[in-house]
Amino acid sequence: MSSADIYRELILDYYRNPRNFGKLERFDIEAHDSNPLCGDEVDMQIKVGPKNSIGEIKFSGKGCAISLASASMLTELAKGKALDWVKDVSKEDVFKMLGNPELGPSRVKCALLGMKVLKTGVYGYLGAHYEDADGSDPMA
Amino acid sequence: MLETETLDVERIRADFPILRRKVRGKRLVYLDNAATTQKPRQVIEALDDYYSRYNSNVHRSVHTLGEEATEAYEASRKKTATFIGATPKELVFVRGTTEATNLVRFAWGEKFVKKGDLVLTTMMEHHSNIVPWQLLCKNKGATLKFVGLNPDCTLDLASFEGLLKEGPRLVAFTHCSNVLGTINDVSALCAKAATAGATTIVDGAQAVPHMAVDVGSLGCDFYAFSGHKMLGPTGIGGLYGRRALLEEMEPFHGGGEMIREVFLDHSTWNDVPYKFEAGTVNIADSIGLGAAVDYLTALGMDKVREHEVRLLKYALSELAKVKGFRHYGPEDPSKKGGVLSFNMADVHPHDLATILDEEGIAIRSGHHCAQPLMRWLDVSATSRASFHVYNSHDDVDALRAGLEKAGAIFRL
Repeated sequence: MSSADIYRELILDYYRNPRNFGKLERFDIEAHDSNPLCGDEVDMQIKVGPKNSIGEIKFSGKGCAISLASASMLTELAKGKALDWVKDVSKEDVFKMLGNPELGPSRVKCALLGMKVLKTGVYGYLGAHYEDADGSDPMA
Repeated sequence: MLETETLDVERIRADFPILRRKVRGKRLVYLDNAATTQKPRQVIEALDDYYSRYNSNVHRSVHTLGEEATEAYEASRKKTATFIGATPKELVFVRGTTEATNLVRFAWGEKFVKKGDLVLTTMMEHHSNIVPWQLLCKNKGATLKFVGLNPDCTLDLASFEGLLKEGPRLVAFTHCSNVLGTINDVSALCAKAATAGATTIVDGAQAVPHMAVDVGSLGCDFYAFSGHKMLGPTGIGGLYGRRALLEEMEPFHGGGEMIREVFLDHSTWNDVPYKFEAGTVNIADSIGLGAAVDYLTALGMDKVREHEVRLLKYALSELAKVKGFRHYGPEDPSKKGGVLSFNMADVHPHDLATILDEEGIAIRSGHHCAQPLMRWLDVSATSRASFHVYNSHDDVDALRAGLEKAGAIFRL
């Protein structure tokens, strides 16, 4: 696969016009991670919706086209899903979402940074609200 | 297109086996020399020769192999010291520049820096000339301050002189910036620092490989450099220290080799530089570094410098034609080392490096271990192409073509 295939219109579009980019005024979940190797940074915020779903989600950060496009596309995919869905998201899902680009080991980290932040935030929230896991409103 | 006439690049290239390999089916265009340089066969053979013929520990074995190894190790120290204008007793072998600055932090700093003291470094430093001083200052209750930069990416002398008035104990700065390429006027800065009563340490990691260095005329107290950036092996480098300073310093690591006598309650130290070389030293790589010094000496460091200035000049004029190209550093090639940091419109350096890799072109992308400088430049990262003796105008042409391809992919 050539780099022309990696940097398809889809990835460039999400890099230059990232969906769900910004900050939420009110949120229940917040997470941040960075890649010390290249300095990519991603922040994510989630407002939990009805039935433990991802009500609103925004991300911000700086980085390469792959890391930012991946984080942005992931927020679109996640919106409206159950928080539990995040547990099942895999590397393969992210690669598929990006159009299965052929990435070297150092660039794979860029592609997965958004997923790592999403999981860090949601897992932390689910752990803290473990006893409410019967489907009732965790904030009640 | 005028090929540079100062060095016989074709002949030099033939000495570097790695330059014959293909990367992704393309000729390797290696432009990451500020990170590490490639090694000529003369260096690789010196390592092989040591391990195949006279591998042995140094200084304590009286058998033939031990004496040969000791002789080669000390010959290498002499060559390396001469290369930077020092005497062998003033050259401590270390792992590299980072170990050299840390050695000064512990062996000199722990003894001579006191609570309330001031240490100066600059905004253009590599982390290896910032973090050891942060740690030292934190431990000692001293203060670390940073000399600022001018908009043209040179050191702000007004800021430097202003801070000198505060009477710093130590002044640390780079000879040549690994990001901007800025060459500092080391002898002028050291003279001013000495007048202010400060001890000086200079990071020469990007200078020793690229230009003639004479620590005597520079007038610094300490000077640090790495072997692997000057065609030598990894894991070996040098710390020059003024003899009197080395004598009054405490040891760095304790153990074998660095002692004169050991008793149950105390020990006495070996002479310099052995006082700072505890344990079995890196014999093979020191010998490899000696071979690299021979190689560079044969080429002539003035010619190496001239070659790089020509390449820089050509690169700056060619790359300026690429859409969206923005260079960070002094524009005058004669005031700059062979390092070219840049960005291309909104293309992130990691994306650019991925696209160039597909063309067989190796550049560096990221913060280059200089995060305070990245913040000063107001960028999160840059791309960096850096040259050495085997690079040619063809490599610059390949880089330009690669950047144009990246521009097309990113629809600039």
